[in-house]
Amino acid sequence: MADFLMYLKAFLVGGAICVIGQGLIMYTRLTSARVLVLFVVSGVFLTAIGVYKPLVDFAGAGATVPLTGFGYTLAMGAADAVYRYGFFGAFTGGITNAAAGITCAILFGLINALLFKPKAK
Amino acid sequence: MDAKRYSKLVKEITPGSPKLSGFFRAFWVGGFISMIGQGFNQIGALIGLSYQELPMFTSSLLVLIAAFLTGIGVYDKIGKYAGAGSIVPITGFANSVVSPAMEFRREGLVMGVGARLFFLAGPVLAYGISASVVYGIIYYVLEVAGIWG
Repeated sequence: MADFLMYLKAFLVGGAICVIGQGLIMYTRLTSARVLVLFVVSGVFLTAIGVYKPLVDFAGAGATVPLTGFGYTLAMGAADAVYRYGFFGAFTGGITNAAAGITCAILFGLINALLFKPKAK
Repeated sequence: MDAKRYSKLVKEITPGSPKLSGFFRAFWVGGFISMIGQGFNQIGALIGLSYQELPMFTSSLLVLIAAFLTGIGVYDKIGKYAGAGSIVPITGFANSVVSPAMEFRREGLVMGVGARLFFLAGPVLAYGISASVVYGIIYYVLEVAGIWG
């Protein structure tokens, strides 16, 4: 039952964050590239002011799967590394914490781009 | 048929409001992708991954799947249907890496594929990482000042 509730919360929160993105694209003519950047930076900001962590605790993947969650990963890494290693943690922590996601995107991106040809449009 | 009558006819035939259906599609697809992520979280926990490893496991799998779906041309179809529902999740980030790299394959392996991998990921990483450094420095200053941490 607790599992089911967690899936429901992930669905609702993840969906709601995407609806915000949809609204931005439809009403402000932001390109999707700008939406990507805006969401990641917003995620860092919301984590910094202490809002995003409770949302992650509440909704699990509903908060970590959208790109705001990528910002959350970067910000949490930076803060944690500063706490552990001092000043230079600010420079190492963010990208260290997000390294798996970034590396996978680059590696799988490269492999797939080499394997497949774009479909004719 | 003049233009006015035509656009009226189009409005009548189009089911529902296009704006509302755009929101609905983004919502359920984005929510569904998040739910798959939650499923990976649960699988990761079952195989004994730590709290720090879980998000890496989940985002890696989602990125792997999305990169493949982009390669075979399925993700673009999902994107046409779902709009932001496919852009905002981390799968959209993977798509933004693979898609331009495939598109510019003809410009060569280095300046085509290699450079275009970062066509959209570059700005995301540049601003995201910079923001995290700014936050880290602020956190450090507050910590040293004794306000935080």
